[in-house]
Amino acid sequence: MSVTDAPPLAPSPVEPPAPRKASTRKRLVPYWLLLPGILWLIVFFALPMVYQASTSVQTGSLEKGFEVTWHFQTYLDALKDYYPQFIRSLLYAGTATLLCLLLGYPLAYMIAFKAGRWRNLVLVLVIAPFFTSFLIRTLAWKTILADGGPVVDVLNTLHVLDVTSWLGWTEGSRVLATPMAVVCGLTYNFLPFMILPLYTSLERIDGRLHEAAGDLYATPATTFRKVTFPLSMPGVVSGTLLTFIPASGDYVNAELLGSTDTKMVGSVIQSQFLRVLDYPTAAALSFILMAIVLAMVTVYIRKSGTEDLV
Amino acid sequence: MVVIHWIRRNLVVIAGLLTLAYMILPNIVVMVFSFNNPKGRFNYAWQEFSLDAWKDPCGVADLCGSLSLSLQIAAWATVGATVLGTMIAFALVRYRFRARGAINSLIFLPMAMPEVVMAASLLTLFLNMGAELGFWTVLIAHIMFCLSFVVTAVKARVMSMDPRLEEAARDLYAGPVQTFLRVTLPIAAPGIAAGALLAFALSFDDFIITNFNAGSTVTFPMFVWGSAQRGTPVQINVIGTAMFVIAVLTVLGGQLVASRRKNNAQPK
Repeated sequence: MSVTDAPPLAPSPVEPPAPRKASTRKRLVPYWLLLPGILWLIVFFALPMVYQASTSVQTGSLEKGFEVTWHFQTYLDALKDYYPQFIRSLLYAGTATLLCLLLGYPLAYMIAFKAGRWRNLVLVLVIAPFFTSFLIRTLAWKTILADGGPVVDVLNTLHVLDVTSWLGWTEGSRVLATPMAVVCGLTYNFLPFMILPLYTSLERIDGRLHEAAGDLYATPATTFRKVTFPLSMPGVVSGTLLTFIPASGDYVNAELLGSTDTKMVGSVIQSQFLRVLDYPTAAALSFILMAIVLAMVTVYIRKSGTEDLV
Repeated sequence: MVVIHWIRRNLVVIAGLLTLAYMILPNIVVMVFSFNNPKGRFNYAWQEFSLDAWKDPCGVADLCGSLSLSLQIAAWATVGATVLGTMIAFALVRYRFRARGAINSLIFLPMAMPEVVMAASLLTLFLNMGAELGFWTVLIAHIMFCLSFVVTAVKARVMSMDPRLEEAARDLYAGPVQTFLRVTLPIAAPGIAAGALLAFALSFDDFIITNFNAGSTVTFPMFVWGSAQRGTPVQINVIGTAMFVIAVLTVLGGQLVASRRKNNAQPK
């Protein structure tokens, strides 16, 4: 094949050099904007995960040093030794999330539809408790739930504590240092994270839809079930995620309001890392927790059909 | 009968107000117990009225030191996370480029991760690097976890911005810098401010990540945590109450200004 057989070359598109240079520069703009922040996340978020993964398959001791030995047994041992804490964490976090939804929904609904000119004031009251350090507020629950305090007295008089003791939520006539105190603290701590997304999605609902439902002879209950609740689903999903995820790893409530029988997995990770200094076990525990949470979140988002949420 | 009917009609409002009471109850307890004069180390039972703690809020060793350290860290973390986060938010909303999906997940993940997991992994990094735990490791950690929240807040605002406003500015011969400073930035400002406020609050109140990465440095939440074991001084309640009151007044004041402005803007 000779050169002459080749079809004549199409004239290459000649672009004026100046705009071309500008467009390359323009194309790089997003990368320059992203670079510092993304680098920060890669170095201080993603890379640490890699380090933790490698720590979890190391063996050794603090004196002799740790070495990567691909010792996956650590994972099995961690699960075997601490599965009660895992189950408890998921149980407490799940219960607290459910309670947050039950308590938070009416309040979010009230702010969105019934508060009228009080709306801003109520919103301020929802956010304001945030500004007192959450540890101080959690400590206040020690006073509120104290043995022989007014709350415990009332629950005792109403024989509520008899029922909850029978269920294993409380012990005798005390609430503090029982599962109920921990769940109460968790619910309290994460309520705003439920209320705010619920409020945002409820607020977007057009009030005329309620009128329309009423015109079509739907009772208020039916209107809620068929119109309001389905439309508030994005808020329900993001609210439950924002409550469940941090609650499952929390150890503050379990430590301050609970006892050794109510320890959650966060406490174990904390003490393995900071007190026992058994880094492989601690790393394995936190990886298992992360895997469980991510798996549950993925399934939940799929099921609730709001994948565009994230 | 009338009462039952009334309760049934206002069930939602009653339930809502009860939840609100549940949320505010601890703040009231903190406030009341800031006037307590406890006997013994712990401030859990009411003894007698006293103004001592209010007269001398810094009277406890290390309390005000930890408070000022927390304020410094929160201020720097806010600056860092807001600058980095705003840049990311603009890049994500305004430009189409490869790896957008990956970057979106990288930003979402820190919010979808239990704090204790992030705290522990960051500690393994610092231990492996041989970094000295203290002010800098805490600041690095705080910027890291505040970043995602700032991005989300700013993104929401920038997405709802009308791009035609910037086109109009360009049509009126504003340069790119001028357009950005006089049109884009003022419109995005509320989102940036919301992100910054969120970052400040998150950083100031963070305990779990700080607990892992602070070494022997004591921030205010860590001081409170320690005091839960050693004995809680009344001054903690004073600080807590002051924070609550300042926050409520600031927000209400801000809303007052906003509503004034709105009223003035309306044609008379």
